[in-house]
Amino acid sequence: MHPPVEAPARSTRVRRFSRGEKWVHRAAAALMGVCVATAACLYIPALAELVGRRELVVRIHEWAGLLLPVPVLAGSVSRAFRKDLGHLNRWGPHDRIWLRAVLRRDHRRASRPAAKFNAGQKTYAAWIAGATLVMLGTGLLMWFTRLTPLMWRTSATFVHDWLALTIGVVLAGHIGMALGDREARRGLRTGEVSREWAEREHPLWRP
Amino acid sequence: MNSERPEERDAPEPAEPTAPDDRADGSPIGRRVLLGTLGLGALGVVAAPTLQRGLEAFLGGVSGKDPTGLTGLLPNGGGFRYYSVTASVPRKDDTNYRLTVDGMVDRPASYTLADLRALPQTRLVHDIQCVTGWRVPKTPFEGVRLSTLLDAAGVDPSAGAVRFTCFDGAYTESLTLDQARRSDVLVALKMQDKPVGHNHGGPVRLYVAPMYFYKSAKWLSGITVTRAVRPGYWEERGYDVDAWVGRSNGRDDAPTG
Repeated sequence: MHPPVEAPARSTRVRRFSRGEKWVHRAAAALMGVCVATAACLYIPALAELVGRRELVVRIHEWAGLLLPVPVLAGSVSRAFRKDLGHLNRWGPHDRIWLRAVLRRDHRRASRPAAKFNAGQKTYAAWIAGATLVMLGTGLLMWFTRLTPLMWRTSATFVHDWLALTIGVVLAGHIGMALGDREARRGLRTGEVSREWAEREHPLWRP
Repeated sequence: MNSERPEERDAPEPAEPTAPDDRADGSPIGRRVLLGTLGLGALGVVAAPTLQRGLEAFLGGVSGKDPTGLTGLLPNGGGFRYYSVTASVPRKDDTNYRLTVDGMVDRPASYTLADLRALPQTRLVHDIQCVTGWRVPKTPFEGVRLSTLLDAAGVDPSAGAVRFTCFDGAYTESLTLDQARRSDVLVALKMQDKPVGHNHGGPVRLYVAPMYFYKSAKWLSGITVTRAVRPGYWEERGYDVDAWVGRSNGRDDAPTG
């Protein structure tokens, strides 16, 4: 893959993601996409009427959901990925400053300090991981109905439905942010970003 | 890919002396957010019955006044969900619809829509309860009592059950003869005081008032009297055959019959 002509010279590119990290993201995104698409076909009447085949759609949805944590688990054999999990987990004082700026709608670069990941990305990563596990747990309760006591399935369905809606909104925000930042997308596609972008968006990051 | 960048795989990580989020003394907020989300999910499951009642009451009220119909897409927003087990269902109308009654009967029969309309009609108004949780209050169904058709056919005394087949080509259902002869089991021609539409299983669907709605087979085309109950489509996949609302499938909904 050759860099596009307008891309800055090699020397100004910095490594952001390893091959393993890129594939973790790709696999998780694909599985999440299947979950969302099949959920829409089960849930939105117009799509359900168009697609039908309820039994098959349910099976695909269940297996995609079951496999969703696998890329992250498999990725943890990679040192670079484990290191990024550490980056995502640990918050410093600059992350509070970043969040405060967002709440005040302060768009100045100086008020949004970020290291490799900004506080928004850290929040998103932790929340979507937790939400995925809740979806997995409630999904399993709905799947293996005979294993659970009375009432559990109804309650699990309730949480699964409302959380699905919430994830849909948050995921749309995540994809919308990516669509708005070409260099961030290039970072996940090629593993490299321009030094200028890194210094502007992640001034505290030392690649 | 990236074959021209061999350093990609194992580039030595440069020292990061000042990277502020690389220090192990940062607060592990990410882990707390993750665990907090898990905790909220568990709390949601525990509090679901209460939350669900409140939301159903609220959204049920709102959806009545919502001209966009968007509330119908929300969980517990009221209204029907469309479920079909096949990719597409043929459309049937006055010209080509037939309902056959056969099996262990003295007089097998085939009814057109006009034949069914000419028989005595019964109108029932009950709540509808789906096994997946949605409920539609006070929905009128109108049609011929199943017992009328069974009596007309003359059921063999050794028969014990009725099997239903559908012109979607896949769906099946069953009832015991005692269940089938109840006065609140209809071969329905109307729903909500209109002819049953295609998406709701028209022109003719089964209506079993006291049971979960999967028993009310859509696109009904065949009634076969059998010796014993054979599990239907969803029952082969884990749902209860005797699907009384509130007393089966591990649920405790208010009865609809």
